Amino acid sequence: MSITRDEVAHLAQLSRLALTDDELDHYAGQLDEIISAVARVQEVAAVGIPPTTHAAELVNVYRDDVVEPSLPADVVLSQAPAAQDGRFRVPRILTED
Amino acid sequence: MAADTELTTWTAARMAQAVASGEVSAVELARAHLDRIERTDPAVHAFLHVGAESALAAARAVDDRRAVGEPLGPLAGVPLALKDVLTTSDMPTTCGSRILAGWQPPYDATVTRRLREAGVVILGKTNMDEFAMGSSTENSAFGPSRNPWDLSRVPGGSSGGSAAAVAAYQAPLAIGTDTGGSIRQPGSVCGIVGVKPTYGGSSRSGLVAFASSLDTPGPLTRTVLDAALLHEAISGHDPADSTSLDAPVPPVVAAARHADVAGLRVGVVAELSGEGYAPGVITRFNETVELLESLGAKVTEVSCPHFTYALPAYYLIAPSECSSNLARFDAMRYGLRVGDDGEASAEDVMSQTRAVGFGAEVKRRIMLGTYALSSGYYDAYYGKAQQVRTLIIRDFDAAFEQVDVLVSPTTPTTAFSIGERADDPMAMYLADLCTIPSDLAGNAALSVPCGLAPEDGLPVGFQIMAPVLADDRMYRVGAAIEAALDARRGYSFLSQASGLAQIDDAAEAAR
Amino acid sequence: MTQSTTRPADVTPVPFDEAITRYEPVIGLETHVELGTVTKMFCGTQVTFGAEPNSAVCPVCLGLPGSLPVVNKTAIEYTIKIGLALNCSIATWCRFARKNYFYPDMPKNFQISQYDEPLCSDGLLKVEVDGQEFTIGIERVHLEEDTGKSLHVGGATGRIHGADYSLVDYNRAGIPLVEIVTKPIPGTGAQAPEVAKAYVSELRDLLRSLAVSDVRMEQGSLRCDVNTSIAPAGSTEWGTRTETKNVNSLRSVERSVRSEIERQAAVLDAGGRVIQETRHFHEDTGKTTSGRSKEEAQDYRYFPEPDLVPVAPARDWVEQIRAALPELPAARRQRLKADWGLSDLDMTALRNADALDLVAQTVAAGAGPGQARNWWLEELSRRANDVGLELAELAISPEQVARVIALVEAGELNNKLARQVVDGVLAGEGSPDEVVAARDLAVVTDAGVLTAAVDEAIAANPDIAAKIADGKLAAAGALVGVVMKATKGQADATSVRELILQRCGASS
Repeated sequence: MSITRDEVAHLAQLSRLALTDDELDHYAGQLDEIISAVARVQEVAAVGIPPTTHAAELVNVYRDDVVEPSLPADVVLSQAPAAQDGRFRVPRILTED
Repeated sequence: MAADTELTTWTAARMAQAVASGEVSAVELARAHLDRIERTDPAVHAFLHVGAESALAAARAVDDRRAVGEPLGPLAGVPLALKDVLTTSDMPTTCGSRILAGWQPPYDATVTRRLREAGVVILGKTNMDEFAMGSSTENSAFGPSRNPWDLSRVPGGSSGGSAAAVAAYQAPLAIGTDTGGSIRQPGSVCGIVGVKPTYGGSSRSGLVAFASSLDTPGPLTRTVLDAALLHEAISGHDPADSTSLDAPVPPVVAAARHADVAGLRVGVVAELSGEGYAPGVITRFNETVELLESLGAKVTEVSCPHFTYALPAYYLIAPSECSSNLARFDAMRYGLRVGDDGEASAEDVMSQTRAVGFGAEVKRRIMLGTYALSSGYYDAYYGKAQQVRTLIIRDFDAAFEQVDVLVSPTTPTTAFSIGERADDPMAMYLADLCTIPSDLAGNAALSVPCGLAPEDGLPVGFQIMAPVLADDRMYRVGAAIEAALDARRGYSFLSQASGLAQIDDAAEAAR
Repeated sequence: MTQSTTRPADVTPVPFDEAITRYEPVIGLETHVELGTVTKMFCGTQVTFGAEPNSAVCPVCLGLPGSLPVVNKTAIEYTIKIGLALNCSIATWCRFARKNYFYPDMPKNFQISQYDEPLCSDGLLKVEVDGQEFTIGIERVHLEEDTGKSLHVGGATGRIHGADYSLVDYNRAGIPLVEIVTKPIPGTGAQAPEVAKAYVSELRDLLRSLAVSDVRMEQGSLRCDVNTSIAPAGSTEWGTRTETKNVNSLRSVERSVRSEIERQAAVLDAGGRVIQETRHFHEDTGKTTSGRSKEEAQDYRYFPEPDLVPVAPARDWVEQIRAALPELPAARRQRLKADWGLSDLDMTALRNADALDLVAQTVAAGAGPGQARNWWLEELSRRANDVGLELAELAISPEQVARVIALVEAGELNNKLARQVVDGVLAGEGSPDEVVAARDLAVVTDAGVLTAAVDEAIAANPDIAAKIADGKLAAAGALVGVVMKATKGQADATSVRELILQRCGASS
């Protein structure tokens, strides 16, 4: 067992996924199988091999500090589930940032 | 087939010529394809959205330009099906997900913009596995697409809608995106050409990200030349994408026309064969290698020992990036919102919306990626996967010292049945075994049809891998194979697709 | 997460002077500064303050699907500038990373930041408290993006707790933010609160001199998180630290350190343990209250930002930036002190009153340094205090102050009149010359009028006049007062005195 049901519950919480108990059981089994399989990377990756985050070996890609137009206000809020006073309306927030 | 459906069987290159010469109008072409979509898509389900009016307007604009004598580009007036993962300012973009159902982006992806600038007529948005995660389109929230060769089978994925549209003559051109094989694998199982350009060769701006370091838009077409024409139209440096390569587009169109492999060094990847590969796939692959030899190519076997670790590395890297990329779908600014009853907190609404709005595979990958990036696991999983990525790049580098291109089957099997692997993620993941190495290394790769597997009569794809920014090489090889097989066969490859007859019968019956 | 942490009940703080005899504090500061670039960190949207909500946003800073960040080169340049001014090493190669956590004011639910590869690291900044110099180690300087702003509606006004819902404005989202993190600062003892304040003050002056930010704390363009821990005096180990968030004025920096030391001392005295947590500082009470506990494990899952490529500043670019650095505040203060001939005490007073630039501008407009110092530190400081404004916020410019000083030196105003002129300028009546004209405040210079007034005063006070005539010149002061009263203060006291002596037959 490479991952427990409790760990899956924690992952779901971290990922903001409200899963039912049945779903937790189901995913725990599948994730366990997948993680066991992908753990094979540990067989080959040895010390001293640099990690590759990107195949493209680019550096220093910048833009100049020049203004481009903003989106029109009506467009900005047009897709919002709820809006009020020109702002996005969101449910009450529990935790302070 | 009615007269207008014959029009839809033309190649994109021929359609463009016909528009330019006045043989047909762009509007006629658009109408013919829209009509075919209307009649056949109930059976195929390639499209999530058809933009008939905007397509006709774009076609009219091309005809108008021609009327006043303006020069037209090599694909002006040619219809195209766009994967629903690229933003469109005049059509919704859903990524096959309930969480984005109906989302109307305020901007065009760079690929979308370049298509419009080239006079390409965008017919609509195609079905896909949700957020491009999958190999069958069964992960679409809006129902699977069907393979025009056999309607009970999957068209591959994640760009399955785009591949099915091209194979069903609903469009001569389609755009897909490739992250682990999502262009080449559906291309292979639908019997068409699928190309993953070099990473950074085509812009990701406006491509809704699955795995940022892998995602690459590219063509799905019925011929190698059409793929090259589309490749050229969408490629080139884009300042809006920091990972876009500031380099000339490789001469892919010239290479597709050149179609000569004499003296070319071709390496057969030893590791991409054997157990798990369908006998018919191996048979057709070996025949095609012999064909290349007969055309003057120098074939050798090459070992890429770390390719067998590509799949596990991919299933750590891609989910890790996706767990972060998909965090923005939180019901606050756009898209679905569930459970906002005035009492529930933002945190609860986010969790409920994401639970309802995402399908099973997306949730699996988000949790897998969250796990791989967690403190305490990062080094053992994400970190190791990145080291494997280095080893795979080294394998490619070493191989390309010896040969000009590498070849393998595109995918180990032909199209599987709908439902067969739906809740067996590990089995589903195997579909990308041969395509993933090029995604991890960022080099170019192309899948070209190489015949039908004797056991099931379904298409087999032949994969050609080229070094970074040497995309033209694979077009040379692909075009040579295509020309030789067409000459030998003497009839159109797609005319063997039995599903197409079923589709046409169904369309007739519906009339 | 269902886990809850038990916290000791509120303790009565130990008075600071007592706490500091038994405990040794270690402080640390994380300062966030909004850079003064024209556009945001990763998109071309203009940086604005006070604009209509959500009017300065684009697909990138709104985090819309498909949008991609592109690094603002000027933000990199400004950060290198800050790093160089803080004596940091500039990375030859570094990357942005994603810091993953869900929060409604963060459009992508990750913040593009830097993790273990900051652009600048390992520097120092010297500060002075009561004549003692402290060297503050700089751990790192890195770049990140700011978040949007939430307005909490319903419940207790503006507080997040008890609100019914929130309204989010993303204009601020994506503004480049530099985070400057100190190394832990031990050994400051009772001066810890002042050292913290002096550091932020010095940093603010430095950033202003570099012209990389307008550094307005009250507008939130400079925000501090203050780490505080205490350990029993003589202990070899440091205590558990708390992080007090969003301390947004110099005074609050000092107060928050003081109040945390007092609170933690009480916790330890009572046999409790300090919990590693985030705390919030309240301006009204001067106290901190508990926020989210860090033990509730935020797992940010940092990983290299795959949408961006590494930053590898060329060495010659870094050297160009270094060569173009302006005179830094410490050097400037040394130079001004010598130029002006002021004492250390005067210079410290000017800095504490935030009057250095005002005096410098007043001197530049032609005033003598001594006079300029006097006006700003005395008269104008008093006025600012009376109305609760910062000196710089007073409605009088350094040029106007210089003009008043010039009028006094020319004998056209005396000090009393000059104060009235300043009253007029502050009241919005116009320039010093306009006020002089409108209020008819010029010194009486008409010899006939003055002589008449002096003679009248002598006639009315013959005994005093006699004393003066006898050589008791000090007595003249009383007659000066009489004359000044008679002329409603509009005479020049020195001239009046001379005239009195002369008319009484004494010579000065």
